Amino acid sequence: MKTSRRNTFLFTTLSLTLVLALLVNISFGQVAIPLKEVFKSLMGSPSEKETWQYIILNFRLPKAITAILVGMGLSVSGLLMQTFFRNPLAGPYVLGLSSGSSLGVAFVILGAGVLPSFFSSFLLSSYGIILASCLGSVLVLLLILIVSQKLRDTMSILIVGLMFSSFTGAIVSVFSYFSSAEQLQKYTFWSMGSIGNLSWSNISLLTVAVVLGLLLSLFTLKSLDALLLGENYARSMGMNLQKTKYTIIIATSILAGSITAFAGPIAFIGLAVPHLVKLLFKTSHHKTLFLGTLVIGSIIMLLCDAVSQMPGFEFTLPINAITSIIGAPVVIWLIINRKNRVV
Amino acid sequence: MENKKNILTTSNLSIGYHSKGKSKVIAAKLNLKLSSGNLIALVGANGIGKSTLLRTLTAIQKPLSGQVILNQREIIQYEMAELAQNLSLVLTERLPPSNLTVFELVALGRQPYTNWLGKLSQEDYSKINQAIALTHIDHLLDKKHYEISDGQLQIVLIARALTQDTPLIILDEPTTHLDLLHKVSVFKLLKKLSKETGKCILFSTHDIDLAIQLSDEMIVMTAENVWQDEPCNLITKGVFTSLFNDDSITFDNEKGKFIISS
Repeated sequence: MKTSRRNTFLFTTLSLTLVLALLVNISFGQVAIPLKEVFKSLMGSPSEKETWQYIILNFRLPKAITAILVGMGLSVSGLLMQTFFRNPLAGPYVLGLSSGSSLGVAFVILGAGVLPSFFSSFLLSSYGIILASCLGSVLVLLLILIVSQKLRDTMSILIVGLMFSSFTGAIVSVFSYFSSAEQLQKYTFWSMGSIGNLSWSNISLLTVAVVLGLLLSLFTLKSLDALLLGENYARSMGMNLQKTKYTIIIATSILAGSITAFAGPIAFIGLAVPHLVKLLFKTSHHKTLFLGTLVIGSIIMLLCDAVSQMPGFEFTLPINAITSIIGAPVVIWLIINRKNRVV
Repeated sequence: MENKKNILTTSNLSIGYHSKGKSKVIAAKLNLKLSSGNLIALVGANGIGKSTLLRTLTAIQKPLSGQVILNQREIIQYEMAELAQNLSLVLTERLPPSNLTVFELVALGRQPYTNWLGKLSQEDYSKINQAIALTHIDHLLDKKHYEISDGQLQIVLIARALTQDTPLIILDEPTTHLDLLHKVSVFKLLKKLSKETGKCILFSTHDIDLAIQLSDEMIVMTAENVWQDEPCNLITKGVFTSLFNDDSITFDNEKGKFIISS
């Protein structure tokens, strides 16, 4: 059992890296806080400066927790989709869930001018945006459920997801053409993604959603292992294909929908993290991949967020730019190097 | 072998499919009997309906009429998980790309028995090791499934079906893409397994001369009829000559093989 020793070693190292990434993430920012002080604060002992403690508890810690939730949720939904669609390029984006959210938000931000003023002021509040985003991804979910009833094979669902993305993109451009510069800016900011503006109550909401999505995902791991041999073998081994399909679709929409609502569409995490995990653990066993994805997803998201506010910067870069700058080359490199093996 | 048990029987089975409100019958009134410890070959020309028959026997497709009975129960009444404990498959389709090792692939055969997380018990491990010992694939276990040859992969897939521990194993053309040496070794393995484990093994094939030499019984499908009998009886009846609807291919009963006349 060489592999199990290797896995224990990997998980220990990764857990330590996760703790380190968390500390680094909290210490970085416009006000740099020494690692020692971050540690003290988190342990509950009073910090050297009261402002540091205030910053940590009210800004940095919520942001770090959001980063972890987003990293875990998007990566796991990517993992489920890649095996289910037997497509290494699948991710929350591909089913069109993030596009659905974007459409909802674009509708609210860019289309608000057309609506009566009392209505538009509610819609433009953060609650309105969250609501619109959730509605958008739920709508796409329902569409996909209907399509998957009609089309039995998974490739077609994938294509429908892709078409929905282009459709959404087109609608958004039509909206942008008719909207003011101010509205455009607001939408652009949302679409860049942000994990820094969540209140503690929003974080608890997001936590509930992500935990629910992850729990549902747990129940699909065995079926996903069977699907590694293809749908026909999986069925012959007693897997209920319909049930698995619905569980995966619901779990991924809960994860992707809630995360996009609160943090904006964050690219590449769902696509790239599962590949990294498969490369590192060299296995297709989904229990291992699931745990690995949780840890590595959190680490990557914490680090991306840390990079977006390197000490010495006077501003914070959009998180979506960082994940894309890191994610896109990683994916290209993986595809070039994959040969026969699957990543 | 004495005490042969009927594993799967069909009674007045009609197979085929529905299209545009009409039903197209491929074969009717089939009364087949598959018993334990037997190696049974299913042969017939391309497009004659071998796949439809196999799909019906494995409950992927519903019969037009009649019944498929597996262990005294109609096959369509089985729950998925229950069926998986009575019937295992080896298919022709290529495996999707993955990092599965040979051991992991064989172990997947235990899925109908494991808990919701797929954790392997002591019993699961012993069944897996039995299958590995029977098929002599010990030296391949740590390899990825894409690193081994087609012939080896076919044997590994047979080991996976064995691990599923079912009284009936159905294989869809297990010897296509293999050279003669590997065809023979797959056939011999199947023969050995049916004798040593008492399982009933049904496989479709185009290697008719090999099947005649190695199988206990054969099911021959032609456009007019479907026969099930021992190979020598089928030869005496002259069934093989009618197998292909072509005058230039005839079956030489003496030599037991097909002759092409020009």
